[in-house]
Amino acid sequence: MSNNYRLSTGGQISRSEPILFKFNGKTFRGFKGDTLASALLSNGIHLVGRSFKYHRPRGIFTSGVEEPNALVQIIKDQGKTDPNLRATQIEIYEGLNATSQNCWPSVKFDFGSINNFFSPIIPAGFYYKTFMWPASFWEKVYEYFIRKAAGLGKSPTKKDPDIYDHSYHHCEVLIVGAGPAGLVAAKVAANAGKKVLLVDERPNFGGNLNFSNSDYNKINGLKPLEWIKKTCLELQNNKNIKILNRTSVAAYHNYNYLIMVQNLTDHLSDKNKIGKIRQRLWKVRAKKVILATGSIERPMIFDCNDRPGIMLSSAVRKYINTYGVKCGNNISIFSNNDDAYETAITLHNKGVKIKSIIDIREKSDGTLPKKCIELGIKIHWKSAVIYTEGYKKINKIHVMQLSKDNSSVIGRKLKIDCDLLCVSGGYTPAVHLFTQSGGKLDYDEKKHYFFPTKNTLSQISIGSCNGTFGLKNIISESQEKTREFLNIKEVEQLSVLEPKSGDFENIWLLPSNKISGKTKSFVDYQNDSTANDIKLALREGFKSIEHVKRYTTTGMATDQGKIANMHALGIISEITNTKLGELGTTTFRPPYSPITFGALVGRNVGQFFDITRKTPIHDWHEKNNAKFEDVGQWKRAWYYPSEKENMHDSVQRESKAARTSAGILDASTLGKIDIQGSDASEFLNRIYTNAWGKLAIGKCRYGLMLNDDGMVYDDGVTTRLDENHYIMTTTTGGAATVMGKLEDFLQTEWPELKVYLTSVTDHFATISVCGPNSKKILEKVTQSIDYSDSNFPHMSFKNGLIDKIKCRVMRISFTGELSYEINVQANYGQSVWKKCMAAGKEYGITPYGTEAMHLLRAEKGFIIVGQETDGTVTPVDLQMDWIVSKKKYDFIGKRSLYRSDTMREDRKQYVGLLTNDPKEILEEGAQIVAEVKNKPPMNMIGHVTSSYYSPNLNKSIALAVVKNGKNLKGKKLYVPMPNKTIEVIVSDTIFLDKEGKRLNA
Amino acid sequence: MLIIKCPYCGERDHSEFSYGGEAHIIRPKQPTELSDDQWAEYLFMRKNIKGIQYERWNHSHGCRRWFNMARDTSNDKIHSVYKIGEKPSN
Repeated sequence: MSNNYRLSTGGQISRSEPILFKFNGKTFRGFKGDTLASALLSNGIHLVGRSFKYHRPRGIFTSGVEEPNALVQIIKDQGKTDPNLRATQIEIYEGLNATSQNCWPSVKFDFGSINNFFSPIIPAGFYYKTFMWPASFWEKVYEYFIRKAAGLGKSPTKKDPDIYDHSYHHCEVLIVGAGPAGLVAAKVAANAGKKVLLVDERPNFGGNLNFSNSDYNKINGLKPLEWIKKTCLELQNNKNIKILNRTSVAAYHNYNYLIMVQNLTDHLSDKNKIGKIRQRLWKVRAKKVILATGSIERPMIFDCNDRPGIMLSSAVRKYINTYGVKCGNNISIFSNNDDAYETAITLHNKGVKIKSIIDIREKSDGTLPKKCIELGIKIHWKSAVIYTEGYKKINKIHVMQLSKDNSSVIGRKLKIDCDLLCVSGGYTPAVHLFTQSGGKLDYDEKKHYFFPTKNTLSQISIGSCNGTFGLKNIISESQEKTREFLNIKEVEQLSVLEPKSGDFENIWLLPSNKISGKTKSFVDYQNDSTANDIKLALREGFKSIEHVKRYTTTGMATDQGKIANMHALGIISEITNTKLGELGTTTFRPPYSPITFGALVGRNVGQFFDITRKTPIHDWHEKNNAKFEDVGQWKRAWYYPSEKENMHDSVQRESKAARTSAGILDASTLGKIDIQGSDASEFLNRIYTNAWGKLAIGKCRYGLMLNDDGMVYDDGVTTRLDENHYIMTTTTGGAATVMGKLEDFLQTEWPELKVYLTSVTDHFATISVCGPNSKKILEKVTQSIDYSDSNFPHMSFKNGLIDKIKCRVMRISFTGELSYEINVQANYGQSVWKKCMAAGKEYGITPYGTEAMHLLRAEKGFIIVGQETDGTVTPVDLQMDWIVSKKKYDFIGKRSLYRSDTMREDRKQYVGLLTNDPKEILEEGAQIVAEVKNKPPMNMIGHVTSSYYSPNLNKSIALAVVKNGKNLKGKKLYVPMPNKTIEVIVSDTIFLDKEGKRLNA
Repeated sequence: MLIIKCPYCGERDHSEFSYGGEAHIIRPKQPTELSDDQWAEYLFMRKNIKGIQYERWNHSHGCRRWFNMARDTSNDKIHSVYKIGEKPSN
């Protein structure tokens, strides 16, 4: 028997361009224009994969996006591979290398198929029921086993080298789907001058009209292909319309916001892909949306309806008409409608033998069935296929008569040889996008489908996705509804020729001659769930369709039940005797078809993943071997190790230098807000916990900011530059939110205040020089500033010059040392830093990073918001009552400090901790207990917030929050660790220079 | 993804805005005179209704102005946007 199933003529493939590709290691030939599925079928290959649970042989079932079986893996270079692609959508190209999935060692001999024999003991919910006990087995044994057995495709292991792009688009009308309905609508809209975007997921336009029988279907006297070609040409020449093919709408959100993925190079040969964008994610805002998404043909649900060689009737018609491929030589058709007869006639006319047509209806008065009778094709009316034979490929069907009420099969069993069975269970409108957009469905009891009724957006559905079938109806509806929707006066009339169609009849689950439970009637091919699984779920008490879906996994595979869902619903409705309209559908969720992570991420990878902010002095830090830490988006110098130093050594050296001679820190990342206006003082009074009214010009003050719930929110020093002019500093991480919060209060609560805020964080570079020699260094660097304590005391500020550069110098300290902060315009930051380094050389000035800064402030017990606080800490908890004004009538957070909860004595309070062994360093985050037990749980009374080894005190120090800590000074507490328990003594939070003498050293 | 008509800038994409909770909650002028319960009412209690909700929004990646919006939480339909201090037009 020849393996060549390609007809010698016909189809839309380019026969002058043969293409070689590999499938499961073997080389095959196809033509340009083929899909992987059509090329395999032309080589006589149906068996392409194994099913998910039972590992049953499965073949190509459809010709498009709805394909449940033919999932393949595309192998590229090592580690680079695309899993779970549908062979029915992959356009072949030179060098394509695809393999089957979910089979080992090969698709022809699959070890896992043993599951098929065990299937009676692997019913719905099997995993839930079996792998419950013991719990410890779950991760190590069960999950490993299940993942290995159930693996769909394999993930790539290497970084994706492809380029992905994002694009935004705004249009007046978006038309989704370029079948006959979409094309007609596009023409009407574009001719009326509307800006139109027309998209279709397929490479070619025309939808199912592409492969309809040209003897029976005509538009304006033209054959389908001629009309499509003419219409597409007209559209392409219309400037109002933008057309995208290979573009799938993944999601339809509120306010007509749609996400689409355009495939740009997947169909090109490897050579032609180089340097090109692989996929583009479109984010579309459309004023109006026309959905013309078509419909999906249904299978029939009977015993062993899943063998390779059982295919949808429309797919078989597409393979022969579009690709010139016959899917079999000896064909039977099983149908409940007239559409399948068009397939029969098409095949017959191309010389393929139609063995028999089995139709569940008693008769049909349609044009096409009559023609089949004329052609001498045997039709078995009022009959059903009840079983199929053939392991890797169908070879026989069993047919019986249906009883009058279709509830059972009767009479003699007929066995018919065939190598292909076309099934046609009618069409389901593709309402996925419509429901995603919030539209509501209704069920048509006569036509047996859900169709769109109510929508909330500026949107219409036209054609078969709206439940309109028959070419004539589709085209007239498209014209009329589009005209009305877009307020167009007149449209060109089209004459349509179509065959007269007989009625459609529906049986969700076909009767069998076997007892229930002995049949394998697959509903969801990809997840291997059968009608019996659904029945079992109902017997076990699952009622909601959403629960049945999850218990049986019906409709939960990568095809999201495009084929399976309607029958699952139908079977449930029949068994529970509920009307389908009342039962409703499961939720349709985006994406409509799977999309790559690459498309979602676009170009935001590597260094473009997030914004990084660098200070003007960043280059210098880099050149001087700084290690950086991320603080929000900022890169901050963390420590500066010399060649031989580790982090600990480096931080110890830096911290010591800052106290013994001079240290220098890049503090440019601190948030800076310029505050001006005649009510600026009053504003600060309301925002901060302390009083600001009497701060003299030229003075600085530390402030604590609370939320209205009384919890510490941010802190920093604010300087009064002039009568109505302040500069506020915030924490590095809090800069943006503090600015937002201040704006919020000004705009919404206190619009009467004349205050103007400007964020100037990036405008200034801030250099902090501290240590006993800092004054001498500053004197060398700046001119025209008198640094005497009387003229320039702690917590004050001076304007000055560094050569010709204006600078602001604040004498403020976060280390407890004599310390100055120089602020210059950002561009001068690095040169001023270098000047400081040069001036400080004789004193051994040492750059220190954020780690040493944290250590130095911990020696002084200064808090870091976000380290000592976590949004549940009040200033009273921090023992900072001194900064909370009792006199002020109100400030943000004041009232909350007097709530019963915030006044509790046993709240966690801020304390110092000293370890018995001065070398023992506590772990930050470690829990603290008063009483040690043999094993957890123990009563945890607090935790360590900061912990360091202090080189200046030669001992370990730690800060913590502990319940009732205020009253525990000198008490012994414990920090249990995995292999030991550390004893600690509660101490004061200030470990060094309690009197603050060093500030004026 | 909403399209929001900022009262100062006009129609802009959702991604330019940030949400600021329920609208028309006025900070008490004399907090110290309130009982714990009254203060808690202002501080913690927020409506979460199915239907039209009045809420604050900030055009944070635009003009940075705060404004109010009446939005139906059941279908995200925006019924009106209006400036701080104004009342919604029904």
